[in-house]
Amino acid sequence: MKMNYEESVKRLEEIVSRLEEGNLSLEDSLKLYEEGALLSDKCRKMLSEAKLKITNINEVTENG
Amino acid sequence: MNLRSIISVSQLNMYVRSLLEGDENLNNVFVRGEISNFSPNARSGHLYMTLKDGNSSVKAVMFAGNASKIKFRIENGMSVIARGRVSLYERDGAYQFYIDDIQPEGIGSLAVAFEQLKERLSKEGLFDSVKKKPIPPFPKRIGVISSPNGAAVQDVVNIISRRFPLAEIIFAGVPVQGDGTGEIIAHAVSDFNYLKCADVIIIARGGGSAEDLWEFNSETLARAIYNSEIPIISGVGHETDFTICDFVSDLRAPTPSAAAELAVPDINELTAYLNLINSKMNKAINSKILFEEMRLDKLSDSGYLRKPADFIDDCEKKISDLNKSLNIAVKAIYENQYNRAFVLLSKLDALNPLRILSRGYSVVKLNESVVSSVSQLKVNDRIELCFTDGKVSATVTKITDKVK
Repeated sequence: MKMNYEESVKRLEEIVSRLEEGNLSLEDSLKLYEEGALLSDKCRKMLSEAKLKITNINEVTENG
Repeated sequence: MNLRSIISVSQLNMYVRSLLEGDENLNNVFVRGEISNFSPNARSGHLYMTLKDGNSSVKAVMFAGNASKIKFRIENGMSVIARGRVSLYERDGAYQFYIDDIQPEGIGSLAVAFEQLKERLSKEGLFDSVKKKPIPPFPKRIGVISSPNGAAVQDVVNIISRRFPLAEIIFAGVPVQGDGTGEIIAHAVSDFNYLKCADVIIIARGGGSAEDLWEFNSETLARAIYNSEIPIISGVGHETDFTICDFVSDLRAPTPSAAAELAVPDINELTAYLNLINSKMNKAINSKILFEEMRLDKLSDSGYLRKPADFIDDCEKKISDLNKSLNIAVKAIYENQYNRAFVLLSKLDALNPLRILSRGYSVVKLNESVVSSVSQLKVNDRIELCFTDGKVSATVTKITDKVK
């Protein structure tokens, strides 16, 4: 599943709060951390590589 | 009044006044002119001014009752159309224009129209703050309605490109000035809603005169904005310009650039936030690891894991303790049984026939059988006498019956 920036950040926030609760096993914690680290890299990449796209409304089809 | 006789000044003024007031034409007249010498009386609320044009002027007064009803502020130099009646101020012998109502001319009437529309739409609830939609924090698509040739759209594109290049701009080019423009912009707003192709819409136009911005006071546009399901940010004109579009939009920005800034988050803040999340995450996992390490240390510190030999030592000690207890128990059982045996032996010893013999008794045997009665013997039987320390062979010589 491809998450957009907002969804990725939301998931990251969730991961952090679950890690901060500290009641997960070490194994699950590490698994979550790995997911978080990947997501965080992905978000950074999204920010650094983003380039504004401009579309004329006449080119937008009815389905959006 | 007989004007051929001599009359007083008061009589003259009174007569002229009655002539003026008696003239139907002067009773309700519209006069176009420019305001000068405007001097409101703060205490009474009456307004005094002079109406003039290129050649002439006339003094005018507007009494407080009428003055309180006007919606705009009268200023010197303002072109107005005043409705009122003409009369004479007897004290000065000066004729005056008594104003019942006053309207600004030209842009002034636009301003009045603006105020009227604003009041009407406001009463209808189009500006209610509860109806304002929140601006999404992370818009993916930003609708921009502006002139394709204007500086406003450039400002918006530049700012969004710098602040939030993750977004996509959907651009609707429209005229932003001239008759019918308001309807065209309203149509663009409806298009965005019909196509559902934006998370937020910016309506942008650079600064201009009140006439230039007039189409942004269109009622059609106001209703299109009000009915839009997509939140709308209005960035029309400069800081000081207000249009109906500003009031009805979900968010009013002072300029197009400001509208762009309000529409999107700042990438620098996003990066900073990402760093914050990252460091929080690292902190959380590190403290988890530290916790587990401490737990492990505590476990391995305690006893056998640290010194496995202790375990063997402990086992050996346990075995030796058990051994000792076993020995004690066995010894106790042995002693107990020994004592019991001793008692039994003593009893047995007491009953030993040999012991009886040692007290002077002897046993008589005949052919290895014990003789316990004289009737078992006869003279010349060879008998054995058994003592504790030996035997004696003897021959029976005489038998005496104890009873006889």
